[in-house]
Amino acid sequence: MEVVKLIGTWPSPFSYRVIWALKLKGIPYEYIEEDLSNKSPMLLQYNPLHKKIPVLVHGGKPICESAVILQYIEDVWPQNPLLPNDPHERAVARFWVHFAENKVRCIWRLFRTTGGEEQEKAKKESMEMLRALEEHGLRDKKFFGGDKIGIADIAFGQVAHWLEMIEDLVGVKLIEAHTFPHLHAWTKNFKQVPIIKENLPDFGEMLMYFKKARDNFLASRGPGM
Amino acid sequence: MAEENKVKLHGMWASPYVKRVEIALKIKGIPYEYVEEDLVNKSQLLLQYNPVHKKVPVLIHDGKPICESLVILEYIDETWKNGPPLLPQDPYKRAKVRFWTSFVEKELLENVLLVVTSEGEAQEKAIKVVFEKLKLLEEGLKDLFQGETHHIDGENMGILDIFLCSLFGAHKAQEEVLGVKFIDPEKFPLLSSWVTALTEVAVVKALQPPHEKLVVVYQFLRQKALQPSADGVEVKEGVYVRSLSRSSPS
Repeated sequence: MEVVKLIGTWPSPFSYRVIWALKLKGIPYEYIEEDLSNKSPMLLQYNPLHKKIPVLVHGGKPICESAVILQYIEDVWPQNPLLPNDPHERAVARFWVHFAENKVRCIWRLFRTTGGEEQEKAKKESMEMLRALEEHGLRDKKFFGGDKIGIADIAFGQVAHWLEMIEDLVGVKLIEAHTFPHLHAWTKNFKQVPIIKENLPDFGEMLMYFKKARDNFLASRGPGM
Repeated sequence: MAEENKVKLHGMWASPYVKRVEIALKIKGIPYEYVEEDLVNKSQLLLQYNPVHKKVPVLIHDGKPICESLVILEYIDETWKNGPPLLPQDPYKRAKVRFWTSFVEKELLENVLLVVTSEGEAQEKAIKVVFEKLKLLEEGLKDLFQGETHHIDGENMGILDIFLCSLFGAHKAQEEVLGVKFIDPEKFPLLSSWVTALTEVAVVKALQPPHEKLVVVYQFLRQKALQPSADGVEVKEGVYVRSLSRSSPS
């Protein structure tokens, strides 16, 4: 089998999407931690367009964008499938991956707020997004993938672990057992899956890292915003 | 055809997202029933089929709804094996096509919409961004096509061709309304010859509204967005198609 490398960063949920997929399929790979403040020539060569992680390199060929990487991994290594067999169910799973790509970023907008109208707006958008997951995505299933985690669960990983960090830093609580019972249970169940449990950034370290990033961002924005 | 096997497409005549699905269905030779939706007055069916976004296109097959144009295209490709494939077989080539399709959707389309719906300094900035993105795409095409000329005809259009077509098929109308030439053969030779070839494909030609109608569409869209109204200048698909649904299809 050709060599598989993953260029990522330890705090990034997008990096973890790829780690989870590789581990679930039992694909051996070499992990390379990137310093985004001092981007390596390798990253610039493999992702000249965006210069971002994650990048999967398979047999020397780079694949960029985590959602694209997940599909690639599924195409190349069909064992332990991330997508269901049934064509309609596959379409539903892909719909939710698309939703994760476009709608979950509101939690990162919330991350960048300190209060006022901006925060209220970001909080409202985030709640609407979570409501869609609760009522239409998850409903009464244990996982988005049904009895087992699938590609949509992987795509929503940031909601299970990184959102809690955002809630702590911003001082808002979004997912509570009484407001989002299924989603709340899902965040616990998802993190109990052995591959996920063994492959998550330490919460305390993550909190420190993102607190610093947030402080830097807010300081650079200046007062009165 | 039995009711269960029937294919229905819920759409809106001016929506480029719907156009993508129509092109795919026609290329694959899949017969379908088209249902025009009034997006100002959404049908119960649409709200039932797409409760999350309440948008078109929605494809109904075997009585089950599929939403999101890219998801629909992948579903069509996996379900109807006859007709040309919409994605390459090779996983690495598939990844490249998905990557550039995502680029066209997220980085080009959004910024072109911004140009249409803004003015003054904001528009100038958006125009600059579009040109930067076009330059990146032109560079990317060299890698994607790997020096071979990309021959387009009705037989080999894939999802990237379809997405690009849905955005720049109307480039002449965009030029007329915006006074900016995005598809410039001198600046972007590969991209320009590709777009030109796409607009000549029989299926695409048949589905494209006439130039004059497209001009009206873009003018209307622009007018609506620049009006100080409750909608505001929000560059979202919803505003785009909401505005357009007020103009008649005929």
